[in-house]
Amino acid sequence: MKETAELVHKYLRSTKKFPHIWCAGCGNGIFMQALIRAIDRVGYSKDEVVLVSGIGCSSRLPVYVDFNTVHTTHGRALTFATGIKLAKPRLKVITIMGDGDAIAIGGNHLIHAARRNVEIASFIINNQIYGMTGGQCSPTTPLGVKTTSCPYGNLEPNFDICRVVEAAGAAFVARSTVYHTRLLDRLIGKALKKKGFAMVEVVSQCVTYGGRYLGLDSPAEMMKWQKDNSIPVEKARELGEAELEGKIVTGVLVDRERPTYHEE
Amino acid sequence: MRKVTRKQVLLQGSEACVKGALMAGCHFFAGYPITPASEIMEVMARELPKAGGVFIQMEDEIGSMGAVIGASLAGAKSMTATSGPGFSLMQENIGFAIMTEVPCVIVDVMRVGPSQGLPTQPSQGDVMQARWGTHGDHPTIALAPSSVHEFLELTVQAFNLSERYRTPVIVLVDEVVAHMREGVIVPAKGDIEVEERSQPTVPPEWYIPYGDPGTGVPPMPAFGEGYRYHVTGLCHDVQGYPTTRKDEAESLISRLFWKISKDLHRLQWLDSFYTEDALITVIAYGFVARAALPAVKEAREKGLKVGLVKLKVLWPFMSQTVTKVLEKSQKVLVPELNIGQISREVKRVNQGRCEVVTINKVDGTLITPREILKTLEEIHP
Repeated sequence: MKETAELVHKYLRSTKKFPHIWCAGCGNGIFMQALIRAIDRVGYSKDEVVLVSGIGCSSRLPVYVDFNTVHTTHGRALTFATGIKLAKPRLKVITIMGDGDAIAIGGNHLIHAARRNVEIASFIINNQIYGMTGGQCSPTTPLGVKTTSCPYGNLEPNFDICRVVEAAGAAFVARSTVYHTRLLDRLIGKALKKKGFAMVEVVSQCVTYGGRYLGLDSPAEMMKWQKDNSIPVEKARELGEAELEGKIVTGVLVDRERPTYHEE
Repeated sequence: MRKVTRKQVLLQGSEACVKGALMAGCHFFAGYPITPASEIMEVMARELPKAGGVFIQMEDEIGSMGAVIGASLAGAKSMTATSGPGFSLMQENIGFAIMTEVPCVIVDVMRVGPSQGLPTQPSQGDVMQARWGTHGDHPTIALAPSSVHEFLELTVQAFNLSERYRTPVIVLVDEVVAHMREGVIVPAKGDIEVEERSQPTVPPEWYIPYGDPGTGVPPMPAFGEGYRYHVTGLCHDVQGYPTTRKDEAESLISRLFWKISKDLHRLQWLDSFYTEDALITVIAYGFVARAALPAVKEAREKGLKVGLVKLKVLWPFMSQTVTKVLEKSQKVLVPELNIGQISREVKRVNQGRCEVVTINKVDGTLITPREILKTLEEIHP
C-alpha cells in the first residue's frame, strides 16, 4: 500500500477548498481512500477516469478528486454515465451514489443499467438513511427504526440492493462495509476491471443521523456493529435464511460473463 | 428563372429533423417512445448508426436527458425528441444543462395538454413550458419551425446555437409540422454553416472551466482530453467548485443570461410579408403562420392593409422585432393554438401602444385561413 501522503498529493485537488463537507466519523472518507488506492493500483491515468455522482453526502465525493468529475441530479448518475461511456468508450466511467439516490429516486435507472450491461463501475454507499436532508428513512432503513420521517418506526421492509441488481442482470455484484477496508480495496479493484456493469454495495455509517436513530452513539460503535454483523459470502452459503436475518453478507456475490452493451 | 441545382425530395417533418441533426454533426441520440415524436427516434435509430453515431432508447425521458448531457460532456453533439409529458419529465435535467452549460438539443413535438391531453392533435401549448419549465431563473433558447424545410434548417441552427452559447436549445414544433410531408430541397453539406463549441487555447493547468473569456461563453473541452474539471448543478465558482458566496453565485447567474441577451439582435429571425403599410399585423409562428399567410394575401386582394410577421425564434422573445411591428401598426392579431402564450409576451412588450387581438384554440383542431381572414375583416379600421 502506497504512502497516504503520496496518494493525497497525486489524486486530491489542490485547488479545491478543503476541508470536505463530511461529518467526523463518516464512512465516505474511508470509501474515498479505498477508491483512490484501487484506481492507483489498477493504473488508470487521471485523464481517462470519469467520476459521476448523484445527490447526497457521498455524491459530493467527485469534487475532491482530480479526475473528470460530474455531480449530477438526484438519482440520475447512471444515465449521465451511460451517455458518457457510449459517446467515448475508452473512458473508465465510475458512478458514486447513496442508498436513497440509487435505489429510491434512481431505482429505475439502476435496474436498467444492470440489464443493459454498459461497462460502468458503480458504488452505492449505503448508510441506511438520508443524511444530507436531515435523517429521513430510506429504502434500506431497517424495519421498525425511528427516523425524522417515520417517528413511530419504519413500516416498510428494506431493499436488498445486491439481490435487486443481480436479478436485473449485472455482470458483477459485491458487498463490503467500510470497516472491512482491505476487502473493500479488493472489491473496488475487481469492479473497476470488470467488463460490464459492476456494482459494489458499501455498507457505511451516518454518525450524525443514523447513529442517533439506531441507538449507536459513536463512529467506533457503528463500525463495530458492521464488524459483528458481517458474514463472508462463503460462510453465508452454509447458513439458512433465518440465521442470515439482519446480517451483512460480504464478498463477491456475482461474477459472470455477459456481452456488454457495446459488444452487441 | 432560378436555376435549381438540387432535386426536391418528399420528406416527413420528422425525417427532415433527423437530416438536419446529422448535417449539424449530431453524434448521439437518447430517447423514449412518445406520440407524436416517436418517428424522430425511429428514423434516428435507423440513420444514426450508419453515420457512425450512437443511438440508445432509455428507460424514460429523465434518463434520456441525462444520457444526452453525459454524451455532450464526452464531446458528442447530442439530442433527444419528445412531446409534452416527456418534456415535463426532462425539465430538471434541462435546468442542469443550463446551469452547467452543456450544449444539447431537445425537440418537443407539441400535442394538446395538460397531462395526456390529445396525443395526436396539434398544439402550441408548450411555449411557456419551454421558457419556464425548469425551476429557477434561467435563460432559454427555443426555435419554432413552420414547414418541413424549416424543421430541417432550424434543427441545424438549434445545434449551432447550443454549441455557440453552451446551452440547451429547444425546437418547439407542432404535431402537424412533424407529421406532414412536403417537398424539400435538401442543402448540400457545404451550403450549411456548422458551428462547434470553442476549445481552450491554453494548457490544462491554465484552463478555467467557468471563467468568462469576454464572450460570456467559456471554452469546453471534452472529458478525456487532459482538461480535468468539475461539473455541478450547484452554484459554482469559475473553477467549477460549489460555492455559497453571493458574489460568485450572482456573477454565474448573470453571465448565463448575458451570454445570450448580449446577442439578442442576432436572434431576430423572422419572415415578413406585406408589413410596409400594414395597419394590422398578424404575429404568428409554427404551422399557424402557414394559415395566416393565405389569409393575409386574400385580405390584401380585398383591399385591407394587413401584413404578417412570422417568428422563428420564440425564446429569447424577439422584442426588438415585435416593438417595431407595434410601433408601425394600429392593431396586431396573434393567432395561437393555446390560450394565449406568445400574445402575453406581445402585450408585455406593447405597453398599451396598440390593440392586441388574439385567436386561441385548444380543441386539437387547427386555426384556418378563413378564421384569420374573418377576424381581420372584423377588426380592420
